[in-house]
Amino acid sequence: MSLLEIRNLSVAFDTSMGLFKAVDGIDIAVEAREVLAIVGESGSGKSVAMLATMGLLPDSATVTADRMSFEGRDLLAMSGSQKRRIIGKEIAMIFQEPIASLNPCFTVGFQIGEVLHQHLGLTGRAARQRSIELLELVGIRDAADKLGAFPHQMSGGQCQRVMIAMAISCNPKLLIADEPTTALDVTIQKQILDLLVQLQAETGMGLIMITHDMGVVAETADRVIVQYQGHKMEEADVLSLFENPQSNYTRALLSALPENAVGDRLPTVSDMLFEPAPGVRP
Amino acid sequence: MLTYILRKLALLVPTILGISICAFAFVRVLPGDPILAMAGQHGVTPERYEILKEQFGYNLPIWQQYFNYLGSVLTGDFGISLATKRPVINEFMTLFPATVELALFAMLLAIAIGIPAGIFAAVKRGSWFDQLTMGVALTGYSMPIFWWGLLLIIFFSGYLGWTPVSGRIALNFFLKPITGFMLIDTVLYGNWPAFVSALRHLILPAVALGTIPLAVIARQTRSAMLEVLGEDYVRTARAKGLPPGRVVNVHALRNALIPVVTTIGLQVGLLMGGAILTETIFTWPGIGKWMIDSISKRDYVVVQSGLLIIALIVMAVNLAVDLLYALINPRIRVQ
Amino acid sequence: MATTTDSAAPAKPASALGEFWYYFSVNRGAVVGLTVFVVLLIFAAFAPVLAPYAPDAQFRDALLKPPIWDAAADPRFILGTDPVGRDMLSRLIHGARFSLFIGFFVVLGALIVGVTLGVLAGYFRGWVDVVVMRVMDIILAFPPLLLALVLVAILGPGLFNAMIAIALVLQPHFARLVRAAVMAEKNREYVTAAKLSGAGHFRLMLVTILPNCLGPLIVQATLSFSNAILEAAALGFLGMGAQPPTPEWGTMLATAREFIIKAPWVVTFPGLAILVTVLAINLIGDGLRDALDPKLKRS
Repeated sequence: MSLLEIRNLSVAFDTSMGLFKAVDGIDIAVEAREVLAIVGESGSGKSVAMLATMGLLPDSATVTADRMSFEGRDLLAMSGSQKRRIIGKEIAMIFQEPIASLNPCFTVGFQIGEVLHQHLGLTGRAARQRSIELLELVGIRDAADKLGAFPHQMSGGQCQRVMIAMAISCNPKLLIADEPTTALDVTIQKQILDLLVQLQAETGMGLIMITHDMGVVAETADRVIVQYQGHKMEEADVLSLFENPQSNYTRALLSALPENAVGDRLPTVSDMLFEPAPGVRP
Repeated sequence: MLTYILRKLALLVPTILGISICAFAFVRVLPGDPILAMAGQHGVTPERYEILKEQFGYNLPIWQQYFNYLGSVLTGDFGISLATKRPVINEFMTLFPATVELALFAMLLAIAIGIPAGIFAAVKRGSWFDQLTMGVALTGYSMPIFWWGLLLIIFFSGYLGWTPVSGRIALNFFLKPITGFMLIDTVLYGNWPAFVSALRHLILPAVALGTIPLAVIARQTRSAMLEVLGEDYVRTARAKGLPPGRVVNVHALRNALIPVVTTIGLQVGLLMGGAILTETIFTWPGIGKWMIDSISKRDYVVVQSGLLIIALIVMAVNLAVDLLYALINPRIRVQ
Repeated sequence: MATTTDSAAPAKPASALGEFWYYFSVNRGAVVGLTVFVVLLIFAAFAPVLAPYAPDAQFRDALLKPPIWDAAADPRFILGTDPVGRDMLSRLIHGARFSLFIGFFVVLGALIVGVTLGVLAGYFRGWVDVVVMRVMDIILAFPPLLLALVLVAILGPGLFNAMIAIALVLQPHFARLVRAAVMAEKNREYVTAAKLSGAGHFRLMLVTILPNCLGPLIVQATLSFSNAILEAAALGFLGMGAQPPTPEWGTMLATAREFIIKAPWVVTFPGLAILVTVLAINLIGDGLRDALDPKLKRS
């Protein structure tokens, strides 16, 4: 039984210009202990698919799927309150802009304590203890002091660590990381990625890494899904993808990497005479 | 934080001086001779005129008159009212609580209804409630307040007979003021019928006065909430599995209230203008009515000091709002 | 690479004016407001033609007649008559002239003074800025109506003096707005470029910087327009604005006060006229705000 199984997921947004399909008939499956990378350009719908799973899309979005289940439990059929017992506890998500993702009016300690209280019923000293433990786990020094800090007093890397601490606080079975390092400095990027990989290995949770950076894919993933404009272009294990890409689009993506450049001009995706599959907008 | 407060206070000093100069100058520029006005009906002989002139210091150079005035103000002497012959400060202290009670009650109504309405309209954006509330709010602050007050009187006092037309309390209740706040005083006296009477007198002017702040606060809350609800940290709160009520009323509201507090503070300043009209319509014995009566009666002393005191109060409220803002916005508080 | 969409939504026009109108017209309320305002303009412009009677014509035989739907009405006067027998409808129509004139005049005055001061303060900074902003602070420390009352008491009651007083009271908002905008724009590259090509202070202020501050200025202008009408009506109501028998809506309410129980229509209609006018302008203001900055499009 897969940890997360999504079949034929479509997400359409109601906009002033008409209906916009951000995700069109995608299948995603993640096993326990597996690191799945979803890679694609901006606008490929990679974040939207995961936000739909978490139920974080606005009301203007219509989510349809043949199947969306977590550990065999049907997410689509669940009520709001049932889903809220899973979200944040068994499935957790971290986002791209760490400082903006934390509430500027509340301390770090308050925000971590909230999750502990909501899902584990921890309060007072027990919550504080556990919060300090979690902050140390994610590599924050002076954890006890940091409990009373506000997000604007910390760096982007520290805020992302706090987000990770909140995400793993209830020992989730699945962690979704939506471009967690894109907004960070290069050196911090490596630290955060290493942290995520380490935590995944230690806890055995599933990890979905959403990224547009092929380097991150190479570093962290077991399996890769390549997405383009809401469609799945290719799915393979990471080695096969890099050595023997099946889809034209994947080939175009890999060729566009600066490391792979030959000559004095960087190729672009459209250069590769990429023919989209029928039904996909050029 | 302390430096923030001190800096703000320091900036106020020139403004306060400027206000005092303006108040002083305005009255000097008002048409009519103050001595003749003081003398009243029977007029003065030229000798008496000179005596009065010297007595009130009008023969001194203007800048000296100003400094004398400033000096007396700093010792709490705001002069004697020409109309009532009583010290201005005493008049003020009698009438001020009435205005404060009215303003506070009006503000309370505005906040208690405006903020929840704004929150709900934002959460249910585009719904009939949203459109209705915003439509009502827009109408609310497009209305002339004195007309609205008159309409309320026509309907509730004239047609329904539920509320009285003027005053703070029915004439058959005579209570010596303790705090000056009728609602509190009647409770302190344990006089239930008096309390009800005071409430019935207060409700209509408070509704009239509070309508515009209510409308502005509702709109402002809604727009602040809409902005906040789209922020990343609200998404994080939802991703943590928190119940929607908590997401809105704790995470979102806390941030949305920051600009709303500033709006509320600004409304208090505007409330003074509204109080003038409301007190006139409802014959409410507060400082608004006092000021306008004094202007038309050419009671210079009252106008001069009244302007100064009111401006100082408005500034004090603005300062308090600034401080409150710094307090609730962690980005400023913890630097 | 154009994307095809399902709906038949019209393509956004290319010109700035066209784009502005597109966003404006999407807001139904704003269009309604604009329509009402245009109707009011027509009433004001053609008042002598449209009004059935002269605004100060007294009909001694028809004092305090109720509007046409009441049994005791006089069919000559659709909205009834006031205590001295003047036709309400005619007075209301002529009142539109005053209110709109007040709005334009006050906003123009406040705009000119406020923008000048704001540009000077924001551009030159230093002691000019300090002095101007202190004066603005002082003006803003007084409740606007109170200050206007005192000014009118000094200048003498009357519509013209009332308008001057209100303009003075409202211009700090423009000054502050423009000052903030000028300070923000002053350090932008295009200003530096203009300076380097030899533009003098005057040209920089008026031609280079100011046109880029127009958005919030226009919104503030509509807000001040409605405020001006309300404040002028308040002054008229208190007897300090337009004097009777001028058919200004606020002044009409002053004389009507004693008749609120006996003849409520004398009170209701002038206030309603004010409400409709101010509401229309506020709707336009909302639409302008949304149209001038689509990123902020909220309501």
